[in-house]
Amino acid sequence: MAQKNKRTHKNIVLSVRDINVSFGSHHVLKGLNLDVFEGEILGFVGGSGSGKSVLMRTILDLAQKQSGNIQILGEDYDTVSVENRISLDRRMGVLFQHGALFSSLTVKENIQVPMREYLNLSLQLMDELAQVKIEMVGLPALAADKYPSELSGGMIKRVALARALALDPELVFLDEPTSGLDPIGAAEFDDLIASLRDTLGLTVMMVTHDLDSLHAVCDRIAVLRDGVVLTTGTMRDMLKETDPWIVSYFQGKRARAALDQKPDMRKTRSHSQHAAVE
Amino acid sequence: MPGPTDIQIVKSNAVWTLNASGDWSVKAIDQIDDKLRSIEDSNFPAIIIDTTNVSSFDTGGAWLVERLRERATRKGCSFEHRDTNKKRVELAKVVQLSSGLVPAAQTRPFQNPLELVGKAVSSAWQDFVTGCYLIGSSLKGSKSRSRHGGMRRVTSLVNQMDRMGLRAVPVIALMSFLIGAIIAQQGAYQLKFYGEELLTVYLVAILHFREIAVLLTSVMVAGRTGSAITAEIGTMKMREEIDALDVIGLNPVGVLIFPRLLALIIVLPILTLISDIAGIAGAIFISDIYIDISPTQFLYALNTEVEIVHLYVGLAKAPFMAVLIGLIAAIEGLKVGGSAESLGQRTTSAVVKSIFAVILVDGLFSIFFSVIDI
Repeated sequence: MAQKNKRTHKNIVLSVRDINVSFGSHHVLKGLNLDVFEGEILGFVGGSGSGKSVLMRTILDLAQKQSGNIQILGEDYDTVSVENRISLDRRMGVLFQHGALFSSLTVKENIQVPMREYLNLSLQLMDELAQVKIEMVGLPALAADKYPSELSGGMIKRVALARALALDPELVFLDEPTSGLDPIGAAEFDDLIASLRDTLGLTVMMVTHDLDSLHAVCDRIAVLRDGVVLTTGTMRDMLKETDPWIVSYFQGKRARAALDQKPDMRKTRSHSQHAAVE
Repeated sequence: MPGPTDIQIVKSNAVWTLNASGDWSVKAIDQIDDKLRSIEDSNFPAIIIDTTNVSSFDTGGAWLVERLRERATRKGCSFEHRDTNKKRVELAKVVQLSSGLVPAAQTRPFQNPLELVGKAVSSAWQDFVTGCYLIGSSLKGSKSRSRHGGMRRVTSLVNQMDRMGLRAVPVIALMSFLIGAIIAQQGAYQLKFYGEELLTVYLVAILHFREIAVLLTSVMVAGRTGSAITAEIGTMKMREEIDALDVIGLNPVGVLIFPRLLALIIVLPILTLISDIAGIAGAIFISDIYIDISPTQFLYALNTEVEIVHLYVGLAKAPFMAVLIGLIAAIEGLKVGGSAESLGQRTTSAVVKSIFAVILVDGLFSIFFSVIDI
């Protein structure tokens, strides 16, 4: 998987067609369409309460959809057989917004939960692999035996990412991975996700409000507005959009601050991705 | 389809060459882990691992390569990772452990029993101190530091009384009815041999008024309400809501624990009285169909033979039970730590401790009342 070229042939990893989701009389997603291509990092933006998390939960089959069709890694959750569903589950990883770590397990045990469930590994090998993941996401080795309640917000996000990566998935969902992190931590997290994409050949779908990470790591951005994907494109495309909401999102006061800062502060690391996208 | 996950060793005097094949992803590496470990432990002059022919390679496979490199380097042998795909070579470098392997945390296999006793005693003392603090803080009341808002807690109090009291009425009434009926039936059956069926009235009334009603109600309330209080306060503690109250300038004990405690003190005697009534109703029902004592006869006997003081003895105990249940539940709730597991543990121990305390205190009351001859 890792050796496949990322962008020359655009395989669709996730395709969402005509999704309708409503809770009671509240219509959240109205015929939404979305494609995610292999090896890309897709940033997914939208106002608070616009249904970004609902879409993610619907894709993961955690929320019921009224109609529509979702193909993940070539399988459809509605028609998939039990065996294929199991193998599908282990090809995906999810980072929930608040980490969703198991509070009664240590960091190491949290990471080992998917390994125990799906793989037949010796305890020693599992410990080694858990430690590899812990260091990969930039945690100190001593964090392995801590409980989630003893960790800071940034560490919880990292552990959650390590757990999402435990089985080397092909597709990773990240729900606001950098929210609640300090700017340095957030930038490190962005770098981490980009480097994991490059080395492991991950496909990432990331819900985020962080304009810095949209600039820095996202190959493509999809905008959710009024229950549909209003537009998709690179950051450059977004800046050319004339829709007032998109303009105020990407060119508002805060956005401009992020833009101004970009050339000097983020040039080095965003350079490679932008070259690849353009 | 690629071949099975395997590794071929070509040994020469100068170097061992390992040719990897098959699936080297995390789901298959257990098949070669042992083999690789034995290679790591053997004496090799220098080592080259070639993963070109591997069908899939992820961090799992990369870790095996990296572990081999680490061992080789530690022995002072040269190591080379060959692959036509540069990404795999890079991946093996990504999984490098900067700090080396950390040994698993040691769990202590044996705990000195004396140490356990000591811990139990000191935690019981701690509970007692916390209980005193909670009573003190509650007496100070639910006023905020600005000394306003004492009366605003009335809504909260009524709400608590509704949840703890009114909604517990059906289950307590039903259980008391059944227990009253069972005692009456057993009593009547045993007393029949002496031809003294009428004593059943006396037996049921005294037993139920003095002990059963208050015990049954307290145990039910401990299980039903005590656990709820622990879970509520514990969850609030977990989410820093209690800290938030404190920072806003409210007395958390006054806002959270005082209304619950007060509601319990009001509600538990009322529930006990309901239990008394339901228990007697059960006894009347059984006596009527089982030993032919009509309800009128039963009530007449109850009025003339059984002194009202027995009822008061039972009811007098109820507020004390309420304080015990409420305090234990609140103490346990405040001890909840960060994990879901500790919430469960604390809730369990709140129920167990309060039932134990209720029965113990009931025994002390029995001794007390017989000493003062009531």
